[in-house]
This record gives sequence, C-alpha cells and structure tokens, in this order.
Amino acid sequence: MKCRVCRGPAVIDVRRHNAAFCRDHFLVHCREQVRRAVDDHAMLGPDDRVLVAVSGGKDSLALWDLLAARRPTPDGLYLGLGIGEYSDESGRYARAFAEQRGLTLHEVDLAGAYGFTVPDAAGATGRVPCSACGLSKRHLFNAFALEHGYDVVATGHNLDDEAAVLLGNVLRWEVEYLRRQAPVLPAAPGFVRKVKPLVRLGEREMAAYCVLQRIDYQVEECPMAAGNRHLRLKEVLNELEDASPGTKTAFLHGFLERAHDRFEAEPGDVAPLRRCVECGAPTTGEVCAFCRLRVRAARPA
Amino acid sequence: MKVVLRNPRREVDVAGPITVTALLQRFDLSPEAVLVIADDELVARDARLPDAATVEIRPVTSGGAGSGP
Repeated sequence: MKCRVCRGPAVIDVRRHNAAFCRDHFLVHCREQVRRAVDDHAMLGPDDRVLVAVSGGKDSLALWDLLAARRPTPDGLYLGLGIGEYSDESGRYARAFAEQRGLTLHEVDLAGAYGFTVPDAAGATGRVPCSACGLSKRHLFNAFALEHGYDVVATGHNLDDEAAVLLGNVLRWEVEYLRRQAPVLPAAPGFVRKVKPLVRLGEREMAAYCVLQRIDYQVEECPMAAGNRHLRLKEVLNELEDASPGTKTAFLHGFLERAHDRFEAEPGDVAPLRRCVECGAPTTGEVCAFCRLRVRAARPA
Repeated sequence: MKVVLRNPRREVDVAGPITVTALLQRFDLSPEAVLVIADDELVARDARLPDAATVEIRPVTSGGAGSGP
C-alpha cells in the first residue's frame, strides 16, 4: 500500500476515502478533517475559550492534541468517576498527557465533590451504568464551563460514536434525541455551546493518530460498558462498513444534511425550562436530573 | 511471533511470516475494529509480518456513550 499523497509506504488505510497514508500525510488528513468539521459547522470562534472533555482515552486525548495549537490554548477537564482501577488508570493517562505538553488539566472527583460514584449510581437507580455516567458528564462539564468562563465544551465523539447513536435513536424513533443529535449544540441560557470536532473521523483513525503521535492512552475498555447496546450497534455498523466502505459516513452525514431539519422542534414541543432548586441548572422540573441522581446515589456522610 | 491481544490482555504464539489481513482472519477480527502494531510501529493491512516480530492487535472500539447527545 502506498500513500495517496507522496507514494511512500503507507502505515494506514482509510477505506471510506479509498486511500492510504504515510505517517506525516495521515496526520495532515486528521488535521484537515477537524478543520473542515470546525469550519463547516461554525464550531469555534477565534477567541473562544475551549474546555476539552478529557477521559484519558484515545478520542479525547487526540482531540486535545489536535486543538492544542489554538489560542487561547484549550484547557482540559477530567472527571473522576470512581470506577475502581479503571478510573485510577484513566486519570494517570490524562495527567501525563497534560504534563508532557504543558497543558492545564482541571479535575472534578465525583465521589469527593458529590458523594457518589458511577457504580453507586447504577446500583441506586437500577439502570445501566452508562446512563448515570453520561448524565453526570453532561451536567458537570457544562456546569464547570459556565462557572469558569469557558465559551464551549469540546467532546471526542467521533464518526463511529455518532453513527451508532444515530442508529440506536432511529431504531427506537427517539425523536427528541434525533432533534438534538448535531455536531454543534448552540449556547442557550444555562448551557454553553457543545461541539464535536471529530465527527468526520472514525475511531480507528483516532487510535492510529494516537499511535503515530506517541500519545499514551487507556486502551482497556471501561468494565461497566462491556456488552452494552452501544457496542453492539458499533459491531453491526462495522460489518456493514466492511462490506461497503463509506456506509457510516453516508448514514450520519446524510442524516445531518438531509434529514435532521425534519426533527426540528415546533411550538409546544419543548417544555419551558426553569432553574433547579438545588443547583440552579436549567431543568423542566423542580429538581434537575443530576441532583435527583445525586440524592438517590450519595453515600451517607 | 508473539501476538498481544486486548480486552482481556493475553499473549498467543502465531507462526510467521504472515500478512496483517491473514492474521486478523485467524482471530476472526474485523479490520475496521482494530489496529495492528508491529514492534511499536503501525502497519498497514498488506504488511507482511516476520516471525521475529512482536505484534499487538489493538481494539479501537469504545463503548461508553448513551443515547442522548
């Protein structure tokens, strides 16, 4: 296999582009895909203060690396989720990356700050751990960004993540989720802007980016995610992609370009928001979903 | 050659030389779901791996996302 650009030996193929790349031109390819995503969807303004949601995995560290040349320099936020050794290790990867590159990493520990862990929350609610984990992340990244004056939260959701989420939402016709599935969620009262600059890159490309940039990341899968629905959806999409390269891109970006606007809210579709009586976050009820989770899951002091 | 697999981490011996594609077929792995790293260097699908190589087959799929945005 030869690099599409220089005809030197390739180290990775990207079948949906019918292309292979050497190291240097693959890195150019990744930067170009991020630039296109950022520009096409107006994700970032020139002076935006960016907070990167950092997990210690390949996507978030690659994203931080790809955005690090911006000014002002993006900072990172790592959440300690309390998933035993897995969380201890992910924190070490996140801290090592920040230290090596001279970047600022903030940390919030779920147990220390709110009195519960993701396993506690799963046990208290009887729901899958990924549900409590996702809810906590969305709430805490937004709250931290608001409190510390960031304009935007950037997350490492990639093409595979978004295609799998889309498939899951289509299979169950989750209209509200389909409406909100977009590379950019604009700022609104109580919410900072959320952006997904990796939406044009697959997770195999993100892992390759880390290997080629010598970024050490947590390879092991979260023990709480093993066998979950999201992984099964990804397996199905990978089978389709193997048989027909480009399927995931056509599915996700076809939806965004040609179908997303059909799910736009109409007057009366969206419940009015008020402030959570516990934390002040926007909510449709008296107490927001995160505070309800905290009350159920927190260990007695 | 020594082949390192993940989730869970384990090592197996495979006779080389062998191409990356043939190696992945042996373990029934989708090329979309893994990277192959030989002696710390990323290698393409058509690469031929020598018997002396130490090879890691690294999964790239992560599963911690929910249904919402």
